[in-house]
Amino acid sequence: MAALRLTMGGGNWFSALALGVTLLKCLLIPTYHSTDFEVHRNWLAITHSLPVSQWYYEATSEWTLDYPPFFAWFEYALSHVAKYFDQEMLNVRNLNYSSTRTLLFQRFSVILTDALFVYAVHECCKCIDGKKAGKELTEKPKFILSVLLLWNFGLLIVDHIHFQYNGFLFGLMLLSIARLFQKRHMEGAFLFAVLLHFKHIYLYVAPAYGTYLLRSYCFTANKPDGSVRWNSFSFVRLLSLGLIVFLVSALSLGPFLAMNQLPQVLSRLFPFKRGLCHAYWAPNFWALYNTLDKVLSVLGLELKLLDSNKIPKASMTSGLVQQFQHTVLPSVTPLATLICTLIAILPSVFCLWFKPQGPRGFLRCLILCALSSFLFGWHVHEKAILLAVLPMSLLSVGKAGDASIFLILTTTGHYSLFPLLFTAPELPIKILLMLLFTIYSISSLKTLFRREKPLFNWLEMFYLLGLGPLEVFCEFVFPFTSWKLKYPFIPLLLTSVYCAAGITYAWFKLYVSVLTDPPSGKTKKQ
Amino acid sequence: MEKWHLMTIVVLIGLTVRWTVSLNSYSGAGKPPMFGDYEAQRHWQEITFNLPVKQWYFNSSDNNLQYWGLDYPPLTAYHSLLCAYVAEFINPDWIALHTSHGYESQAHKLFMRTTVLIADLLIYIPAVVLYSCCLKEISTKKKIANVLCILLYPGLILIDYGHFQYNSVSLGFALWGVLGVSCDWDLLGSLAFCLAINYKQMELYHSLPFFCFLLGKCFKKGLKGKGFVLLIKLACTVVASFILCWLPFCTETEQTLQVLRRLFPVDRGLFEDKVANIWCSFSIFLKIKDIWPHHFQIIISFCFTFLSLLPACIKLTLQPSSKGFRFTLVSCALSFFLFSFQVHEKSILLVSFMLPLLLKDGLLMPLVVTTMAFFIACATSFSIFEKTSEEELQLKSFSLSVRKYLPYFTFLSRIIQYLFLVSVITMVLLTLMTVTLDPPQKLPDLFSVLVCFVSCLHFLFFLVYFNIIIMWDSKGGRNQKKIN
Repeated sequence: MAALRLTMGGGNWFSALALGVTLLKCLLIPTYHSTDFEVHRNWLAITHSLPVSQWYYEATSEWTLDYPPFFAWFEYALSHVAKYFDQEMLNVRNLNYSSTRTLLFQRFSVILTDALFVYAVHECCKCIDGKKAGKELTEKPKFILSVLLLWNFGLLIVDHIHFQYNGFLFGLMLLSIARLFQKRHMEGAFLFAVLLHFKHIYLYVAPAYGTYLLRSYCFTANKPDGSVRWNSFSFVRLLSLGLIVFLVSALSLGPFLAMNQLPQVLSRLFPFKRGLCHAYWAPNFWALYNTLDKVLSVLGLELKLLDSNKIPKASMTSGLVQQFQHTVLPSVTPLATLICTLIAILPSVFCLWFKPQGPRGFLRCLILCALSSFLFGWHVHEKAILLAVLPMSLLSVGKAGDASIFLILTTTGHYSLFPLLFTAPELPIKILLMLLFTIYSISSLKTLFRREKPLFNWLEMFYLLGLGPLEVFCEFVFPFTSWKLKYPFIPLLLTSVYCAAGITYAWFKLYVSVLTDPPSGKTKKQ
Repeated sequence: MEKWHLMTIVVLIGLTVRWTVSLNSYSGAGKPPMFGDYEAQRHWQEITFNLPVKQWYFNSSDNNLQYWGLDYPPLTAYHSLLCAYVAEFINPDWIALHTSHGYESQAHKLFMRTTVLIADLLIYIPAVVLYSCCLKEISTKKKIANVLCILLYPGLILIDYGHFQYNSVSLGFALWGVLGVSCDWDLLGSLAFCLAINYKQMELYHSLPFFCFLLGKCFKKGLKGKGFVLLIKLACTVVASFILCWLPFCTETEQTLQVLRRLFPVDRGLFEDKVANIWCSFSIFLKIKDIWPHHFQIIISFCFTFLSLLPACIKLTLQPSSKGFRFTLVSCALSFFLFSFQVHEKSILLVSFMLPLLLKDGLLMPLVVTTMAFFIACATSFSIFEKTSEEELQLKSFSLSVRKYLPYFTFLSRIIQYLFLVSVITMVLLTLMTVTLDPPQKLPDLFSVLVCFVSCLHFLFFLVYFNIIIMWDSKGGRNQKKIN
């Protein structure tokens, strides 16, 4: 009886939170899943049935393997458990196979691999200080951070409904961040290297890691004014970091290098043949650019400045397609987006180099890298906003200014994920969960920072409240109007543009706060 | 109340759990010719929309009472009619007379589940929130925890959103009734309770405590003055609400009688199927259904029911108190369930017992998840494992009395703890066995009967436990008064 009392006793709130969200994930098992479900089933089949040399060449299904080798090995490991559930799912020819057992296996694999995410959240909670702690449990920063991360709406929707494996990947990222906070740099670097070979989208934040490790780990000391002390450079540390990265990459890409398949692997990983935006424009800068282009071309046609024969007819009425050419504004190439991204990242990287502020500065740079890549990248998916939202949660419980930026970013970012779930039974779920997360995050952060100035000014509050009418219009009013047949893309366009405005604003505000922060000598001790 | 946002969050969690459970299968899905309760509710929409009121409860060529005839009071029929109007607006095929039998589609399922959610949202959930807010002498945090636990109660969620029924409407009205009567808004409370009875006749289980409590209040105010006025007002409210609900059926006696015949099928036997009822459990040892004549069964069940709830009701009439009222509600409901006639397993809405039913519907996953969630919510909110002293179990006065005769009776709380452990282990084992093993050939109903039997023992224990609390509560109070 006493043992039972210990496990269930009132003190263990973290376990209750983790268990609660796991039960919610179990309830989400019968919901809609997207084509990503078939993608992962196909990868289970490929890695199980075919030899390694065929993995990146197999193309029976349109969903070819386009993640780095570690993820392929992960699917291979999963497939050995899968065979006890349903042998048929491991057949490469069984396209779109989704028996009940397959569904159960896949869903449970996501739920169980989330254990790494839970552990990472636990580690992150140790890294934030509880100076602002009230006596109430629900007002402690650790509690708020745990809820913001464990019950994150975006992660729940994308992983457990839409179907992906982001949980444990973000777990790896958060764990590496936590290790850097705990000054265990080698582990942090190792974890990030491993993460890169699981999903290469994390290249977006690699500059932050590289700069921070070089500046704050390889240079072991600073001059009193905070700038670099060149003679404190530790070659050993640089070498060990390089060795870690090299060994991990060798483990991952080595086999494929040996089989001379490296170009094929790279072409699968970086498919630049896709368009600037995919069918639903992620709410980034290019969405605004596309909209401006469309508006200008419509205006141009009306004002007879443009010749309607010279414009491709499709781009007028089809709305959101994979964008390849613009009509009025100059077309955008992958190189152009790369240059824009680099220009956007550069100030934050310079800030990290010249004004290092320890792990917190690194975290801000990481978020800015993620956001800048989201805003200016090529063929960005709206799910990539999670790369910025999750690390930002760590900052949000520290300062009121960061909390305000976090709330704008996260509310808009989460709202932009709505078009992922377009089926009717999932509509109440996404609205309820979004309300749940938004109300909790705003009210808890407001309570945490109630002694400082209010979190939102009237413009921001208006903008956030505007999401409600936007949702009502897009989901409930628009389908019953006559525009639905003529311009079916309008809800997606509106969502994209409205959220792009909010995300750009948050990015800008974060940049301003990073650039105008006082240098390290004057900041408080971490 | 401060912390409105926490209360909103708790309600949102409750709603999310409800809707995700509703994504699962419903009773009788894809099982012609009879299907299940889902088809029954759809059929009632069809009947009430297409036929005139006079024909709703009668057997006719258009209305075959053998195929899910209406057997709930008129308010359910009106609710079905309301839903039918909406259904007709969206897709008339759903309620077309005769041709829509066994209609199943994703859109229709969505529609039906939405009607349950809206009914829940309008009636049950506000009642729960208000009830919790009106509880006195508890901190806001405890109130919110209360609401969370009540909203996560698996029995109601699984039956309403899984199996498919509208229990939340009648329970919601009953809860409004309890709220009204406890806060001294007697007329509104009794009106709400009459609506509950007119929605599902199962609520009659709770009617005796209401009656006794209100009668006790009238007595307390003095029958010669204010009490009498209150009595008259209550009587008028009850009569008026009944007339209002039964208006179309009051015109002819034959109508009223037929409705009553549908509501209370005394032609059927003492019990049907496997129910955690005394009679069903008793019939394991002695086949009473076959031995005793029909009218004898009715009389015996009536006597036992009445005898078992008499002490608590008398106590409530003589000493009306909110706390006694609530406990009497539970014990009377238990008495009715255990001893009365033709009880259905859903009447108890207690999860452990509904296991076979839910397994048939394919609702094992939601059952396990919601039960665990409920358990965790209760354990973390109320630290139930730590509050096991006699005082907290409300058994202090009882054990004091017993100790006058048996001075060594000090281990009551430990007995209860061990009983709890044994009970949980038994239930988990039975669940595992029912799910994984196949019953032996000679006894095909072995597991259902075992579940019934164990549940019956539980309910008997709780009947005794609650009656003890009710009866010994006053003695402690009386002693205190004497001392003071």
